[in-house]
Amino acid sequence: MKKNLLFFIVALMTVVSSFASNNAEEGNMKEPVVFRLINGGEPASLDPAMIQGVPENRIYQSLFEGLVAYDYETARAIPGVAQSWTVSDDNTVYTFKLRQTSWNDGVAITAQTFVDSWLRELDPNTAAPYAWFPSMFVKGAAEYNAGTAGAEAVGVKAIDDYTLEVTLVGPLPYALDAFAHYSFGIAPLHTIAEHGDSWTNVDKIVTNGPYKLKEWVPQDKLVVEKDPKYWDAKNVKVDQFVYLPVEDNNTGYSMFLNGEVDWMTTVPTDRMKEGLLRDDVIVSPNLATYYYVINNKVEPLTDVRVRKALSMSINRTELTERIGQAGQIPSAAMVPTMEGYPALEGNTFNVAEAKKLLAEAGYPNGEGFPVLPILYNTSEGHKKMAEFIQAQWKENLGIDVTLENQEWKTFLSSKNQHDYSIARSGWGGDYQDPNTFLDMFVTGAAMNDMQYENPEYDALIEKAATMKAGAARFEALREAESMLVERDQALIPLYTYVKVNCIDLNKWGGWAPNVLDLHPPRQIYKK
Amino acid sequence: MIKYILKRFLGMIPTMFAIITIGFFLIRLAPGGPFDQEKKVPEQVMRNIEAKYNLDKPLYQQYLMYMGSVLRGDLGPSYKYTDNDVNFYISNSLPNSMLLGSISLLVAIILGVLVGISSAINQNSWIDYTGMSIAVIGISVPTFVVGPVLMYFLALKWQLLPTSGWISSSNGLKTLIMPVITLSFPYFATIARLSRASVLEVLRSSYIRTAYAKGLRSSVVIFKHVLKGAMLPIVSYLGPAFAGIITGSIVIETIFRVPGLGKFFVQSALNRDYTLIMGVLIVYSLILIIMNFVVDVVYAFLDPRISYR
Repeated sequence: MKKNLLFFIVALMTVVSSFASNNAEEGNMKEPVVFRLINGGEPASLDPAMIQGVPENRIYQSLFEGLVAYDYETARAIPGVAQSWTVSDDNTVYTFKLRQTSWNDGVAITAQTFVDSWLRELDPNTAAPYAWFPSMFVKGAAEYNAGTAGAEAVGVKAIDDYTLEVTLVGPLPYALDAFAHYSFGIAPLHTIAEHGDSWTNVDKIVTNGPYKLKEWVPQDKLVVEKDPKYWDAKNVKVDQFVYLPVEDNNTGYSMFLNGEVDWMTTVPTDRMKEGLLRDDVIVSPNLATYYYVINNKVEPLTDVRVRKALSMSINRTELTERIGQAGQIPSAAMVPTMEGYPALEGNTFNVAEAKKLLAEAGYPNGEGFPVLPILYNTSEGHKKMAEFIQAQWKENLGIDVTLENQEWKTFLSSKNQHDYSIARSGWGGDYQDPNTFLDMFVTGAAMNDMQYENPEYDALIEKAATMKAGAARFEALREAESMLVERDQALIPLYTYVKVNCIDLNKWGGWAPNVLDLHPPRQIYKK
Repeated sequence: MIKYILKRFLGMIPTMFAIITIGFFLIRLAPGGPFDQEKKVPEQVMRNIEAKYNLDKPLYQQYLMYMGSVLRGDLGPSYKYTDNDVNFYISNSLPNSMLLGSISLLVAIILGVLVGISSAINQNSWIDYTGMSIAVIGISVPTFVVGPVLMYFLALKWQLLPTSGWISSSNGLKTLIMPVITLSFPYFATIARLSRASVLEVLRSSYIRTAYAKGLRSSVVIFKHVLKGAMLPIVSYLGPAFAGIITGSIVIETIFRVPGLGKFFVQSALNRDYTLIMGVLIVYSLILIIMNFVVDVVYAFLDPRISYR
């Protein structure tokens, strides 16, 4: 009996001590750093050649890396797979020196990887939705994508395994930053050849970014974890990123307030006032313009005096303060202020001048002016903006407009078919250069919804595309913009957007507001 | 009876055929296409995309191709979520909707029947009034109000539950509580009212009076005689209720981040993702049609006169 008791006590002590040592070991283990964020919608794709949109771009930056990546403070290019580069005297040929790195399955990444990936993106059979972006930069890319030239026409060449040469269509000063865009990304063609379209599934995907895909449950979450094979893995601080596809802003904001996520990318409009009082809600200017597009072919909007009167009768300061409420910057210019290019003044609020112009056009005090509709897509914010402008035009010009609300795709269809008179629009720049706001309004361009046709404008944009960076080039672009929004008033800019982000910067570093609202995961760390 | 069941079963085929055909053409009538974006792509890029998905072919040809692949069990590629096909997204999300729906319906039945019976037995007492008042709230307050209110109190104010998420997250089964309450509430209300009315009706029938007259105990009368007769309308309600609770959880899935089929239904409609809309439409129609078929068969068993009509 005594023997049994002794054995029991010894056994119990052994078990207890083993538990104690286990606990001690666990206590010493470092807790993984996990960063959870609200990523808007379900990602449409992870394939760099197929993606478009902000949620996909955020995931792209954790899984993949191109020639260059974005700096978290300036959103400008920093070395990625390319460790250095040189530019030809005429600024049209970039030569990149690549670092010796590989996909996370060990297959080497060489200059040929870039050539093959870019050609895949541009191949008409791939039908990449963003193929137009590299086509704007790389010589021969547009022709290859259109099927009018072969792959050999594309200006990308592997000089040797680690030297890549890219020939541009002109001396585009913003090209280097643009190379960080996902449409210039690389894809593991050996994996794609093996698995086809399903190569992005968790068990098959091969990547080269700071993180690798760990889990992807559609409409639930996408988890990436630090990839020890990444060339700069020692400087990657967050162990895991959890991307939550939450479309409902109220749910996302509630999750942030409840401490369930570390970064929420907006504040719901009806909670903006209380949100802006918080220390962890950060408002910053965004390289994007909210504007009304005018159908230049619809009477009486064909008359520039009418278009100017419409622009000059809107009090933009009141619009942003009363309706926007998030600190949007009132602006009558299409291009927001950027380095070396302050925003134009534009045709700003001037009721007397607006009335005079409208009278000259044959509508004194708005008499005889037809009732036109303002078209906007379903959104409480757009509705309030339209109501405000409706009231301004009634009060300041004496004209009546109606409001027409359409569901998103219907709205896009109406605009595409030019079946509107005045419609809401917005444009976010793809890179930090005025050209991203201006080249889309040349005659016949896809985004030229108002059917603006001005050979002088087209010539200026074309001229700027052949000029080197500097004051003279900005002057040409400025002249073009002045033509667009001051002389011809082809559209009515209203304000520069701001980005509202919810993140506790006392807890997280390596995240800073920037005009492109790009926040590469590689640089984020826990303080 | 077998002939009747077979007839009803075969009747499902032309119904499905009609739904797919009408759905296919109706969706194409909606303005805007799957690849329309605010950042409009150049015409050439659009042509490449349309050629890839055969959208450049005449509509009748697209229809025949689609019908052919549906018959082979292939619902086609998603136009928006390009990494996987429609079959993948449906097979991944439908089980979640089914799980949420089944639990919610079970909760609705158990609580609804209990409250209904208690209200009927204690007619015009405070128990009856309380039960029926809750039922009225359940019927009249929409789920998109109930959900956020629950979230405000249970998650944000009292911090008892996570705001949202699914059972696969670290919060596990806790994530089910709020969506189940929200989703089951209107069904609970209907079942409670149905049970109450039905029990009252049976209580007033002569065979129950006879049972009491024979001196049977009240509990025996209720559980042995009343319930058996009173549950028939509830059983017949369960078919459409099951279909409704699976297909009607769209708002709840969005509010509580349930990775179910409802979210794809809404998103695919907004995205004009033709194949995904059609896939979800086919699944929802199948659920509805099969549940109606089951109800018809059950009815036929309960009342054989139906199968002779």
